[in-house]
Amino acid sequence: MTGNDTRHRPMVEVTDLVKNYGSVPAVRGVSLGVARGEVVVLIGPSGCGKSTLLRCVHLLEEPTSGTIRVGAQEISFGGGGKALAGRRLAAYRSRIGMVFQHFELFPHMTALQNVMEGPVTVKRIDRRAASELGRGLLANVGLAGKEESYPAQLSGGQAQRVAIARALAMSPEVMLFDEVTSALDPELVGEVLAVMRQLGEDGTTMIVVTHEIAFARDIADHVLFMDAGVIAEHGPADEVLARPANPRTRAFLSRFHHAGALRSAG
Amino acid sequence: MHYHWDLAMVLADTDRWWHGIGITLLYSVATVAGGIVIGVFCGLALLGQKRWITLPLEGYVEIFRCTPLLIQIVWFYYALPILLNFSLPAWLAAGLGLTLYMGAFCTEIFRAGVMSIGRGQWQAGRALGMTYAQLMRRIVLPQAVRRMIPPLVNQSITQLKNTALLYVVAVPDLMYTSSIITAETYRPLEVYTSAAAIYFIMLYPLTLFAKRLETRVDR
Repeated sequence: MTGNDTRHRPMVEVTDLVKNYGSVPAVRGVSLGVARGEVVVLIGPSGCGKSTLLRCVHLLEEPTSGTIRVGAQEISFGGGGKALAGRRLAAYRSRIGMVFQHFELFPHMTALQNVMEGPVTVKRIDRRAASELGRGLLANVGLAGKEESYPAQLSGGQAQRVAIARALAMSPEVMLFDEVTSALDPELVGEVLAVMRQLGEDGTTMIVVTHEIAFARDIADHVLFMDAGVIAEHGPADEVLARPANPRTRAFLSRFHHAGALRSAG
Repeated sequence: MHYHWDLAMVLADTDRWWHGIGITLLYSVATVAGGIVIGVFCGLALLGQKRWITLPLEGYVEIFRCTPLLIQIVWFYYALPILLNFSLPAWLAAGLGLTLYMGAFCTEIFRAGVMSIGRGQWQAGRALGMTYAQLMRRIVLPQAVRRMIPPLVNQSITQLKNTALLYVVAVPDLMYTSSIITAETYRPLEVYTSAAAIYFIMLYPLTLFAKRLETRVDR
């Protein structure tokens, strides 16, 4: 959902966000809002800036200009110097969950230790409580019994579910998913999407970058179609995916229709 | 060729051999330890962005890596005193050269070890809200240290052999002791063969250890 929604204050609000890499623009003035409990899906061709936008929201990349608000904290960029650094930057990030394309589990820790790491090191939660929390979260993503497995012993789908549990362990205000199924074998995609679908139904606020169009239609409240660094079209999932108004959206989606991806929806 | 070997004669003075072995081991352990300390600090500093720190450190590393250790030791012993107006004792000049040389290599090993941890791991730690110090301590160093151990063991093996250069400034290590015994007995064949055997006995187990470490890291 973009634009100015005056009825309720969105959980996440991005205003006029610009990200340039040197002189190369990646995101060229994007505004969007995500309400509490809403699932927003970002789609678009490779290089359209959707991953960069996500990484900017998490401040893994520093935006060139614009404003980002998450919960009560609003940060403006482009005023010269770093908007946030050190402990304050770390504190901001700790409130946002991020799941990466390549899982990025910590290989020297077991699944349970991976999930406990944020609460123990960042939140300084007592180990026993963190262990309980971790076991609960692993069970929720269908990995009870895998607590003591190391990442190398897990399948891609299992590893990605551990990564989701690891992000959830910080009780984030919003969860960001950056093409989390792109690196998975096709037969493992379903188990990860099922976990995400459950999160959406449980009222987790989510921004999801994905190429799984059928999944987007299934889970998204709103869909944003990004192209060349701007949001070219946005609206309710049914509208954007079924009756796209923008010719570029139509062209993008037609490839998925041809591939039969939409038919497997539901 | 009828050469009559007389090992008993050259090995008779066991005290002196043991003393030489002791000096060699002492220099090896002390200069490796000193080098690792230098490597940790310089390596960490090199990871930063401040050019007034990294530039001189890179200079140090490259100078010591790209000049012969023999020249470094001789330079500290014969040349540095001319600049300082006082002379370093031989044991110190040689120790300094060996330590700084080891330190240069350790700096590279440490830096490369940390750099070998992929960007994704850093981002995953940052995404959880970790500070730089937490990231280093919990995520990067535990993985990097495992990768540093095999090259460190290899460099330490080289370092033990390099202590033979103590010979040039007359520090009585295994090599220098051998030369003295040779001068006294006129038995270079027995003496240097024995010295080589002693170096081999000290180092061969270490190389086996290094090989085992490498296969374990690969897993």
